[in-house]
Amino acid sequence: MPQHTFRVNGESVTVDVEDDVRLLWVLRDVLKITGPKYGCGINVCKACTSHVNGKAFNPCSVPVSDLGPEDEVTTIEGLPDTVDADLHPMQEAWLERDVAQCGYCQPGQIMAAVALVKKVRAEGRSITDADLDGIRNICRCGTYTRIREAIRDGAARM
Amino acid sequence: MTTARDSSPLALDEDAPPPGRPGVRRRSLIGWVLAGGTLSVAADLSLGAEPAAAAVPSPPQVPELYDLGDLQTQSALPTSQLIRIDLDAEGFAHFAIPRMEVGQGITTAAAMLIAEELEMPVEKVRVTLAKARPELVFNQLTGGSNTMQSMFTPIRVAAATAKGALLRAAATELGAQVSALSAKSGVVTGPTGTSLTYGQLATLAASAEDVAVEVSLTPRREFAVIGTARNRDDALAAVTGRKQFTMDLEVEGALPTMVCRPPTLNGSPRSVRNESAVRAMPGVTDVAVVDTGVAVRAETFGQCIDAVRALDVVWAGGPVDGEDDESVLAELRRAELPMVVPKVPILAGTLDLRVEFMFRSSAALEPNCAIADVRSDRATVWAGLKAPLVAQRDVAKAVGLPIAKVEVNVVTGGGSFGHKLFGDAAIEAAVISKAMGKPVKLMWHRADEPRQGRVHPMATSRVRATMLAGQVLTFEQRHTSVVTDFGHGLGERLTAMAAELPANLGGLGLSQSIFTLTQELPYDFGVVTQLLNEVDTRFNTGSMRNIYSPDVACANELAVDQIAKRLGKDPYAFRMSFLKNAKAKRCLEAVAKAGGWGRSLPQGVTQGIAVHTEYKGATAVLVELDTRPETVNRKVRDAVTGPRVTKAVIAVDAGLVVNPRGLEAQMMGGVADGIALALTSSSHLEDGHFLEASWDNYFYTRQWNVPPEFRCIVMPSDEELPGGAGEAGVAASVAAVACAYARATGKVPTRFPVNHGTLSFTPKSFVPPVPESPVDGLSYTS
Repeated sequence: MPQHTFRVNGESVTVDVEDDVRLLWVLRDVLKITGPKYGCGINVCKACTSHVNGKAFNPCSVPVSDLGPEDEVTTIEGLPDTVDADLHPMQEAWLERDVAQCGYCQPGQIMAAVALVKKVRAEGRSITDADLDGIRNICRCGTYTRIREAIRDGAARM
Repeated sequence: MTTARDSSPLALDEDAPPPGRPGVRRRSLIGWVLAGGTLSVAADLSLGAEPAAAAVPSPPQVPELYDLGDLQTQSALPTSQLIRIDLDAEGFAHFAIPRMEVGQGITTAAAMLIAEELEMPVEKVRVTLAKARPELVFNQLTGGSNTMQSMFTPIRVAAATAKGALLRAAATELGAQVSALSAKSGVVTGPTGTSLTYGQLATLAASAEDVAVEVSLTPRREFAVIGTARNRDDALAAVTGRKQFTMDLEVEGALPTMVCRPPTLNGSPRSVRNESAVRAMPGVTDVAVVDTGVAVRAETFGQCIDAVRALDVVWAGGPVDGEDDESVLAELRRAELPMVVPKVPILAGTLDLRVEFMFRSSAALEPNCAIADVRSDRATVWAGLKAPLVAQRDVAKAVGLPIAKVEVNVVTGGGSFGHKLFGDAAIEAAVISKAMGKPVKLMWHRADEPRQGRVHPMATSRVRATMLAGQVLTFEQRHTSVVTDFGHGLGERLTAMAAELPANLGGLGLSQSIFTLTQELPYDFGVVTQLLNEVDTRFNTGSMRNIYSPDVACANELAVDQIAKRLGKDPYAFRMSFLKNAKAKRCLEAVAKAGGWGRSLPQGVTQGIAVHTEYKGATAVLVELDTRPETVNRKVRDAVTGPRVTKAVIAVDAGLVVNPRGLEAQMMGGVADGIALALTSSSHLEDGHFLEASWDNYFYTRQWNVPPEFRCIVMPSDEELPGGAGEAGVAASVAAVACAYARATGKVPTRFPVNHGTLSFTPKSFVPPVPESPVDGLSYTS
C-alpha cells in the first residue's frame, strides 16, 4: 500500500493508505483526529474545515496523495498551538459568547473564522458584513448571529 | 429502616414501601438517601406532575388547560422510577439524565438545578446521558419541549435530599445542630467556623440502607443559580473539537459502514451483480444485502463511498414510484375535511384561505449514524436517541434477541429537530452487524438523508373565517397532512393514558389527539374549530421541530392579517384587540415596541408580525423583509438568496426560565428555522424520489440569509414551573416572515416555502445514489 507523509498539528505523520482516499477519512478513520466533522463529503457544508499551510480548506475534497511532506495540516485540535496558548483567541471569543449549540459544526466554523480574519488582514482591511455573509459553513442549529458576533470579537483579540 | 441521624423527622410510616414502588404517601416532597459507599440520593421522576383538570369545556380549547406537555408529564406518574444523584469523594455531583442532549442545553440546565439546591458550583456537577432504562417505560422520551417541565421538580428534590444528608453528616462530624450549619459553594461550615467540603462529607454521608426523607425546596425568591445566564456545560469541549459524537467513538472492530440505497423512496434490493468485485475493492471487508439496501464495511468511510458508488444492484421499486408533489397534493385535496360554517348573518363577509406546505427534510448536520455490535446472545448499540426505549425494543425485534440482552447507549447528538426521535440508524446498524457478524460504525451519506430519511409531511391548511361589523364570528381550520409517524413512543403514551385524557379527546385517533393537544388559536374569534385529517402512510415522516404548529400558525396568521385588512385594521392593532391570551399579548407588545412596528422603511422593505401559543407559553415575532431587487438578486456562489429578513425580534414567555442564555439560543435557532421554512427549504418529490441530495440542494438558512439585526426578549414570568422552549421559536417566526412576504408582494403565497416552484439546482445522480467526493479541494483554499 502506498505511504503518504505530511504534517498534522505540528508533527510529521506517515500513513499507509490508497492515494485517492480523501484526507478527511485519513484524519478521522486512520489517525483518529475527530475534530473535523463529516456533513456532506462534497465540500458544501464545510463542517470539516481545517487549515493547510495556514489557509482554510476542506479535507473531504483532497486526496491524501495531494499532500507532501512539507504540507502542514492544522485541525481544530492543533489550533491553540499555532498561537502557543491553551486556547486560540477565536475559541475564547466562541466561549465568551456561548456560540455552540449542538457543537457539531463549530470546529469547522472556528477554523473558517480564523482563516477569514487572516485573509482580510492580509488584504489590509477588517471584516465586513459581506465577508460574514460569504461564510458557507452550515449551522443547522441556527447559531449564525452568535457566530458573526464571535468572529468580530475574535478578530479583535487576534 | 435506618433512622436519620439528625432532627429531620420522617414523614413516612416505618413500613413505607421502598423507593420506586407506587403507594408512597406523599404529605410533601420525599427524597431517598440510597445505600452506597458514598452519598447517593434519588427522587421519583414523577414529582411535581399534578394531573390537570380532566373535564375540558369548549371553549377554551384543550391545550390551554391540558396540553402535550401535561400528557408527557402526567404519563410518567404510574410508572416512573427514580433518578439518582451521586456525590463522589472529590466533591463532584454526578447525574445521568434520562433524556438526550442534542444541543438544546438540558444538561446545562439540569446542572444548574442541582447546583441551586445543593449549594455547590455548577462546574462541579457532571451531567451525563442515561442508557436506555426499560423500567422508566414512558419516561425516557426527549420531545415535545418537555424536558424542563418534567424534570424540574424531581431533580431539585434529589439535590435537596443530598444537601440534607450532607448537612446531617456534617452535624455529626462537627458536633453541631444542623440548624447551626451553613452550606455554600460545596462547603459546610459550622458555628465555630470549622468547615468540611462535600468531597470530605460524601463518604461520611453514605447510607447503609435506603432511607426516605422529607425535603423542602429553595423558594423561588431565593434562587441564586436558576434564572441566571449560564454558558453551556460542553462549550469548551465543542470549541476544542473534543466533544464526542457517535462517529467519534472508538468501539473495537466497529469499522466504517455505509449503505447503497435504492433510487426510489423505500425501494429494496433484489440482487447484487458485482458483489465479489466490490468485496475486492481497497479497504472493503464486507458486503451484505439488507432490507434497506446493500451495506458495505471498509477501513475508511471514503472507501465505503467508493464501494457504494461501484455497487451494481438490481432494485425493486418503492411504494411511491411515479408519484410527485402534484399527485400527493391532489391526494391531500381529496382528503380535506369540509368546513361546517355555523349559521351566520347573511351580510357576514367570508375569508377563505388555502395554503400548501411542501415536504421538508428534518435532517441534522450530523447524519443518521450508529455503532452496533450484535453477537449471538447480546447486542450493544451507541447512537443519538431521543427515545432509547423504543429503539431498544425495535433493535431487539430486528435482531431476534430479548430486550434485556440489548444495551442501548445514548450519545449526545449533533442536532435533532425531531430526526433523532427515531432509531432508524440504530436498528439498521444492528441488522447490518448481525448480517456481517462484526461490529459496524454506520453512517448515512448526506445524500441518503433528504432522499430516504425522515421528512416533515406535506400538508395543506384551509381557513375560513366570517366577519361582521368589525367582529370575527367564526374561524375554522382544516389541516390535512400526509401521515405523521409517531412510532417513537408518543403513541404508546397516549394509548396508556387514554382514561386520563381530557374528555374532548374521546374517540379521536392518535394524530388527531396530538393535534388537539397542541393546537390552539389564541384569539377571540367566536366559534373556532380546528380539525386534522391525515392520509398516506408511504412516506418516512416525523415531527420537525414542532409537529403541526409551524404550518398551522403560518396559515392562521396569514388569515389574521387578511381579516385585519378586510376590517381595515392594522395587523398589530387588530391582534392586540382580539388576542385572548395575555402572555401572547405581552409578547406581541414587546416585539412591536422593540422592533418599531410601523416605522418608516424604504420602499420594498416590509414588516411582518405574528404570535404563537403552545406549551403554556407564548412567542411573538416581528421581522423586516427586504424584497428590493438589489437584495433579492444578490449573488452568492451556488446559493439561494432571494428576499432577506433584515431584522428579527422575538419575545418569548416560557414560564420560569432556568437558563435565559439557553432560551435565547433556542429562539435564535427557531427564527433561523422559520426563515428557511417560509422562504427556502423544501424537498421536491418527482418520479418517486426526492431530488435533494445535499446542503447545496436543500436550502436551510445560511449566513447570507441571516438577519443582520436579531434580538430576543425573554419575558418575565411569575410561573412556578418552566414551560417548553425547544420548539417555541419556530411557529411565530415562519408566520411573521410569511406575513411580511404577503404584505410586500400584495399577494398571499399559497405554497411554502415561497421558492419551491423554482428548482435551484441540478439533481445529483440516483444510480449511483451518492456523489463522488471532489478531488480539487486544494484549489479552493482561502
